[in-house]
Amino acid sequence: MMQRLSTRLTFAGMAMCASLPTWASGAIEGAVKQRDLNWHAIIMFVLFVAFTLGITYWAARRTRSAKDFYAAGGGITGFQNGLAIAGDYMSAASFLGISALVMGSGYDGLIYSIGFLVGWPLITFLVAERLRNLGKYTFADVASYRLSQTPVRCFAAVGTLVTVLLYLIAQMVGAGKLIQLLFGMSYSSAVLIVGVLMVMYVTFGGMLATTWVQIIKAVLLLCGATFMAFMVLAASGFSFETMFATAVATHPKGISIMSPGGLVKNPIDAISLGVGLMFGTAGLPHILMRFFTVKDAKEARKSVFYATGFIGYFYILTFIIGFGAIMLVLGRPEYTETIMKDGVSVTQLIGGANMAAVHLANAVGGDFFLGFISAVAFATILAVVSGLTLSGASAVSHDLYANVFARGRADEAHEIRVSKMATIALGVLAILLGIAFEKQNVAFMVGLAFSIAASANFPVLFMSMFWKGLTTRGAVIGGSAGLICAVLMIVLGPTVWVKTLGNAAAIFPYDNPSIFSMPLAFFVTWLVSTLDKSESAQRERALFLPQFIRSMTGIGAEGASKH
Amino acid sequence: MDEALIQRIQNNPKFQELQHKKTSLSWLLSIIMLVIYYGLILMIAFSPKTLGTPLSAGSVTTIGIPLGLLVIVSAFVLTGIYVRRANTEFDQLNKELIEETRQ
Repeated sequence: MMQRLSTRLTFAGMAMCASLPTWASGAIEGAVKQRDLNWHAIIMFVLFVAFTLGITYWAARRTRSAKDFYAAGGGITGFQNGLAIAGDYMSAASFLGISALVMGSGYDGLIYSIGFLVGWPLITFLVAERLRNLGKYTFADVASYRLSQTPVRCFAAVGTLVTVLLYLIAQMVGAGKLIQLLFGMSYSSAVLIVGVLMVMYVTFGGMLATTWVQIIKAVLLLCGATFMAFMVLAASGFSFETMFATAVATHPKGISIMSPGGLVKNPIDAISLGVGLMFGTAGLPHILMRFFTVKDAKEARKSVFYATGFIGYFYILTFIIGFGAIMLVLGRPEYTETIMKDGVSVTQLIGGANMAAVHLANAVGGDFFLGFISAVAFATILAVVSGLTLSGASAVSHDLYANVFARGRADEAHEIRVSKMATIALGVLAILLGIAFEKQNVAFMVGLAFSIAASANFPVLFMSMFWKGLTTRGAVIGGSAGLICAVLMIVLGPTVWVKTLGNAAAIFPYDNPSIFSMPLAFFVTWLVSTLDKSESAQRERALFLPQFIRSMTGIGAEGASKH
Repeated sequence: MDEALIQRIQNNPKFQELQHKKTSLSWLLSIIMLVIYYGLILMIAFSPKTLGTPLSAGSVTTIGIPLGLLVIVSAFVLTGIYVRRANTEFDQLNKELIEETRQ
C-alpha cells in the first residue's frame, strides 16, 4: 500500500510541478464525494457571514459617491490595505495548494511560494506609488492617461474582464467542490451561496465592504495558519531539524524531499513560471485597484510593505504546515481512502491531495478546529471573488460606460448604478459558469489569468508609466499581441491541448507561456510605437513630461474624500 | 498643471535630485531582487545538487532551506529599505520642491 501511495504522490507532485494551473485553482480534480454535514464549520461560517453582512450594512451607509464605491473614499490606511492586499492574494488555492505541494514533494513547494512573493518588491519599487499618483479607480486610468481614451480603455477593459472571468471560474468551481467536501452541501447550492453573497457585499457595500471582508478573512487565515504551524513545531520539539528528520523518515520519497525535484527537468518552464508569477502579480486588475483605496503615495508604499510581510510570513507557515502534514497526516489510515480511478484502485488522502491542510487541522486541533479552518477556506473564496467582481464591474462602468460610451460625461449616480448592474450580471454569469464548468478541469484557468496579466496588462501599464515613446497604437497592438500569444500558447500547450482536449502531443511544448508572450508584447509595443509617425503620436509623446512630473511628485493626484 | 508650473518644476534642482535618487534606488533594488530570485531559479534548474547539500555532516536540513527562506526575507527587507527612504528622505524633498515651485 505504501508503494502505491508513493506512486500516487509522485504523480500528484509531478502534475503539480508541471504547471502552476494544476494546483492553483484549488479545485479538486474529478468527482468529489459529498460528506455528512459538518456542523462546526457551518455554524462558524454562518457567524462569518452574519458579521460581514453587518459590516456591509455599515459600509452601505457610507458609500455615496463613485469614489466611495470604487475606492472606499480613499480612506483606507496603509496597514489596513496591506492586510486587504494579502487577503486578495492568499486564496484558498495558495493555502491548500501549496501545503499539498509541500506534502507531496517537499522543497518544490517552497519554490512556488517564493515565486508568488517576489513580484511584490517590484510592485513597490516600480508600480505602487506611480499608480496611486496617476490613477483614480482602475489601472486603465493610468494606461490611458496621455493616450487616446476609447481604444486604450477598451483594450484595458478586455484585459481586465478576461483576467477576472478566468480567475472567477476557477474560484467558483474550486469553491463548489471544496464546500461540497468540507460542509457536506451540494455543489450547486455552494456555488449559489458564493455568488449571492459576493453580489450583496459588492452592490451594497462597494469597495469599503469588500476591503473589510478581505481584512477579516486575512486575519482569520493568518491566525489559523499560525496555530497549525505552532502545533506542528510543538510536535517536533520546536526544532526544524527534528521536523525535517521525522518527515524524511515518514515520506516515501525519503531524503529527496529536502532538495529540488520535479522542476529541474524543465528549466524553461521553471523560468517561464517565475516570469508569469512575478509580473502577472503586477498586472492583476483586482490587486492594482487596491492602491486607489489609500490616501496618497506614502500610504500606497506602506500597504505593499505590510502586504509583502504578511504574504511572506504566510508562505513560511504553509511550508511548515506541509511538513506537518507529512508527519501527522500522510499514510495515517484515518485520513486515507482507497478509490477507483480509471479502473485502477488508488490510495489517496480523503478528498485528494489538496486536503492536506484540512486533515492537518483535524490532527492538531480536533473537530472544532477543523470546522474553523473549513469556514476560513469558504470565507477566503468569498473574499477573493468579491474583489474580482468589483474589479470586473469597475471595468464595465468606469472604463467602458463612463469613459468610452458616455465620453466622460456620465453623472456619478448613473455610473454607480451601471456598476451595480454590472456586479449583478457578473454574479449571475459566475454562478452559471460555475455550474457549467462543474465537470471540467478548470485548473489551467488561474495560470492563464496570470499569463494574460503578465503579457497584456503589465506591459501596457509599465510602458505607459516609464516610456515616453509609447503611443495609443503601440499600446493597443502590443498589448493585444501579448494577450493573443498567451492564450494561443496555453491552448496549444500540454495542459489544455493534451490533458483537457485529449490530443496526443502538444503543439507548443511548455505549460507556461510568459517567457515568450511577455517579451513579445514589449517588443511589438516598442516597434509599433516607434513606427507611429502620426500627429496624435507626437502629441502623446509631448504629454509624457507632465505625466512624469505628476507620477513623481503627486501634484494633481486624486486625494481622499472627506466625510 | 499649467505650462509655467511644469517648467518651474522641471528646472528646479530638487526635482532633478528627487528624480535621480528615486529612479536609481528603485532600479537598483529591482535588479537586486531579480538577481536573487533568478539566481535561485537558475540554481534549481542547473545545479539542484548544490541546494541538496546537507547544512552540516549528518543533518537532514539542506542548504536550500535557509537559502529559500533568505529569499523570502530579502523580499521583505528590500521592500522595507525602499519604503523607509521614500517615506522620509524622498517625501521631504518632494515637499520642499512643491513649496518652492508653488506661487
